[in-house]
Amino acid sequence: MRYLPLTADDRADMLARIGAATVDDLFVDIPAAARLTQPLDLPRRKSELDVSRALSALAARNVAAGSVPFFCGAGAYKHHVPASVDHLIQRSEFLTAYTPYQPEISQGTLQALFEFQTQVATLTGMDVANASMYDGSTGCGEAVQMAHRVTRRRKAVLSGGLHPHYSEVVRTNSRMTGDAVVSMPADVRASEDIIAQIDKDTSCVVVQNPDAFGNLRDLSPIAEAAHAHGALLIAVFTEAVSLGALTPPGEMGADIVVGEGQSIGNALNFGGPYVGLFATRTKYLRQMPGRLCGETVDAEGRRGFVLTLSTREQHIRRDKATSNICTNSGLCALAFTIHMTLLGDAGLTRLAQVNHAHAVKLADMLDGVAGAEVLNATFFNEFTLRVKGDGASIIEKMAAAGVLGGVPASRLWPGAGLDDLILVASSEINTDDDRAAFVAALKAAL
Amino acid sequence: MLNNQGRPTSPGATTSADKQTFTSNRALQLEEPLIFEIGRTTTTGIDIDAPAPFASRLGQHARKTGPGLPGLSEPEAMRHYVRLSQKNYSIDAGLYPLGSCTMKHNPRLNETMARLPGFADIHPLQPQSTVQGAIALMEELGRWLMELTGCPAVALSPKAGAHGEACGMMAIKAAIAARGEAATRTIVLAPDSAHGTNPATAAAVGFTVKPVPAGPDGNVHPDAVKALLGPDVAAIMLTNPNTCGLFEAHVKEIADAVHAAGAYFYGDGANFNAIVGKARPGDLGIDAMHINLHKTFSTPHGGGGPGAGPVVLSHRLAPYAPVPFMRREGERITLVEDAAGADAFGRMSAFHGQMGMFVRALAYMLSHGQDGLKQASEDAVLSANYIRATLSDLMSAPFGDRMCMHEALFDDEWLKGSGVTTLDFAKAMIDEGYHPMTMYFPLVVHGAMLIEPTESESKASLDLFIATLRDLAMSAKRGETERFVNAPALAPRRRLDETRAARNPVLRWTPPKSVAEAAE
Amino acid sequence: MSKTYYTRDHEYLIVEGETAIVGITDYAQEQLGDVVFVELPEIGKKVTKGGEAAVVESVKAASEVYAPLDGEVVEVNTAIADDPSLVNQDAAGKGWFVKLRIADAKALDGLMDEAAYTAYLATLG
Repeated sequence: MRYLPLTADDRADMLARIGAATVDDLFVDIPAAARLTQPLDLPRRKSELDVSRALSALAARNVAAGSVPFFCGAGAYKHHVPASVDHLIQRSEFLTAYTPYQPEISQGTLQALFEFQTQVATLTGMDVANASMYDGSTGCGEAVQMAHRVTRRRKAVLSGGLHPHYSEVVRTNSRMTGDAVVSMPADVRASEDIIAQIDKDTSCVVVQNPDAFGNLRDLSPIAEAAHAHGALLIAVFTEAVSLGALTPPGEMGADIVVGEGQSIGNALNFGGPYVGLFATRTKYLRQMPGRLCGETVDAEGRRGFVLTLSTREQHIRRDKATSNICTNSGLCALAFTIHMTLLGDAGLTRLAQVNHAHAVKLADMLDGVAGAEVLNATFFNEFTLRVKGDGASIIEKMAAAGVLGGVPASRLWPGAGLDDLILVASSEINTDDDRAAFVAALKAAL
Repeated sequence: MLNNQGRPTSPGATTSADKQTFTSNRALQLEEPLIFEIGRTTTTGIDIDAPAPFASRLGQHARKTGPGLPGLSEPEAMRHYVRLSQKNYSIDAGLYPLGSCTMKHNPRLNETMARLPGFADIHPLQPQSTVQGAIALMEELGRWLMELTGCPAVALSPKAGAHGEACGMMAIKAAIAARGEAATRTIVLAPDSAHGTNPATAAAVGFTVKPVPAGPDGNVHPDAVKALLGPDVAAIMLTNPNTCGLFEAHVKEIADAVHAAGAYFYGDGANFNAIVGKARPGDLGIDAMHINLHKTFSTPHGGGGPGAGPVVLSHRLAPYAPVPFMRREGERITLVEDAAGADAFGRMSAFHGQMGMFVRALAYMLSHGQDGLKQASEDAVLSANYIRATLSDLMSAPFGDRMCMHEALFDDEWLKGSGVTTLDFAKAMIDEGYHPMTMYFPLVVHGAMLIEPTESESKASLDLFIATLRDLAMSAKRGETERFVNAPALAPRRRLDETRAARNPVLRWTPPKSVAEAAE
Repeated sequence: MSKTYYTRDHEYLIVEGETAIVGITDYAQEQLGDVVFVELPEIGKKVTKGGEAAVVESVKAASEVYAPLDGEVVEVNTAIADDPSLVNQDAAGKGWFVKLRIADAKALDGLMDEAAYTAYLATLG
């Protein structure tokens, strides 16, 4: 078998050296009744060619985003990732390296993480960032638990503009720990009065910007109100490119910023693997979950990097850890930092500008379509479209016509009376032809 | 619990005896600054044209100034990251004897398959009718996991092993709540040898952790468990094979006792590589077990992640599996995303799980087949025992001469009086071209050294590794401390000052003070 | 006139009248390695024997400092919070952790004196 180097002779030699007659003698501790004596009901080994055929057949049954006019967002966004990113992350020394617990032979990983942490803290306008979480949603769950630790309170208030999957993660965690959650109803127009929900028992207020309906929010008054009550503001984002166009959450008074980094460096991948970005203020550093990379010197006085402040983590604190996390999203964080390095200020600002321009173009075109109305006063690259009819059916009809026109709100907020709303995202990948196809397919479907 | 295996974390200062160069480079070992020291905010390695003038709809929310991040042109970026990569050890370059990590070969076919546009370029929320191939792949992966473990259900969404542990423990908590016992069954039993994620997860899910002792033979005994079982116990968390590399021979009796007491059995599947195709955890009585796709099923470690931790479930826990789960109706498979109407305990994360890792793992499974997977486990266990047998005359093992599973455990008894610690020994391995083995884990063994070669090593590779460890071991016993206490001497960096990093954390780059300030 | 007691968890108490200065012994700091962080309790906190009084972290380990007997925290040593290395340099002196007002002096009878603690250390090997 192509992945197994030992030969029959090797195995015989090794068994002799061990003093065992057969390899099954090595499994002597497995109770006889539990030992498998028959092959399992699974196919036998296959060549590369056969595996490739089988999986390619499955892949061919899916409609790839790049093959059609594509406008889906709702927490995952399609952008052009430069060719060099994927080449670099496939280098053996990045792809097949272990966690950098032996820093002397892991400086590549560690320096890249240090650069990543700096980029994330800078982009979000915060003091310090960690080496990434699994994704934005689990990061959001961790942020709420961190706020509970910091404030010693146990009630979270979630904005009605927060991505429903993120809210569900927070609610699931809270049901397990017995913490309280106040979930505001779906806030299509960014008109909720979340400040009225903050009281002396509130540990944190969780607000997304741009919100799940695409609206832009001013977090400053919410931050002020939270702080006046001794609570923390957790600012969430799902579209990292928006940080290139909007006032960063750190400048609006956020105490913790958490979001999804997938947009930069990482493909859609049907929802994973993604990369959670997590940043906070220096004073809360020791309550921050996840891995941290820090600068130091080696025995010869040369600058180097190490994982640090590990005593917060599970392998040391065990049941008193800040979190049970063991991995970060290493390779996805690397892809993010490489893409971000290629962009720089100039590139990110330009990319964000083009994203917004394309969304504005599409919104302008939709102004002329009867039966469709763009609801947002402000937006970055995603907006909410109200349609005459059932959003999910219209999306299906558009798909049948070869256009992936967005995500129906009913898919994320089932039974909430939002069936006539569609979330429509644009990015730099959309062409004039794409937008024309969108409008044509929408009109036909209405 | 005081850590009494004192290890200094501040290396003494040394100087290099190597030839000094102008650049500080050493031939192919190239020094590389931070991007903040070489990039400029005005440089970009991406070409995008400015849009035609348009009326912004950002309102008052537009950024006033750029973030302040440097950019590099493509050639500069390539050079920067290639140079960084050259400072890393990797499984492609050499053996990683890391116990409990299963550092096996990462097949490149898996990377090609994962990058097929039909898998990589699909959105999780595009209409399900347009991604039936992806959902079918998830179903197929689930089928392999259930058949290999002998369990009737599987939750695919957890994003890592520890996340899978949380999923299993949450399902247990939901099952207990459904019986009305949430207020009484609050304790989870776990051995002190357990990986830290076990107690951390149990605590995170709202349980209290109580240790269950292992016997002097390294196994957990049913009497020890029965003594702790009662109406206040929700579950036991056991790793099998355990973190000492031994199969828990009494696992079935323990599982029966746990179930009879109304509790659940959580299995930590980190060491599944030892028994794939040889035994099934479902037959041994587990109610939930996470599987590390990045260990047993070869998805690459990527310098720390991403992983994936799907959880197989027993009949008792299947109803509580989180959303999304799959439901087949004839030809069509639906991803059920809404928990309403089901007993799902909730949602672990956004979207559907680590699809990129599912493709890689399934490619691995299809490539090996049931016969190849069984062969892989046999080779893994054979290789670990080969190492154990050939080192046992020099290095002491805490549980004597018994067969191990896929990893061999040594302690530091044999180093007593040598002036060389487990840490020093490990660092000297680096100079010999090896990543150190897992050290100081499990915590219950003093100066532990846990070696897991996996099935990916040729016999020649194993023999060289063994010969090297023998040379190091004999050198240590002869008291040749110089080889060890200042190691590594040849890596891109010497030992690093972890004390300084923790006392004065510097977690991001900031611009250096001006030269004038520095001169004061 | 002060008297020093010791616990099996390697804490010491320097007792004078109703108050005890509590810290970790030199043996403990050596086992921990370089201390990088300490978490001190709030003044006024009531502690019970065996309960957590403080937390001390080195790079590779985190350890509870247990209250050797019931009492109330009346003072904490902020100097070690600012400079954790003091615990390593002078565990018995400048590296003290908290001052407790002792609830019941009779509880001191169960603790070791210096000779007993030295003998205890010898058994640890």
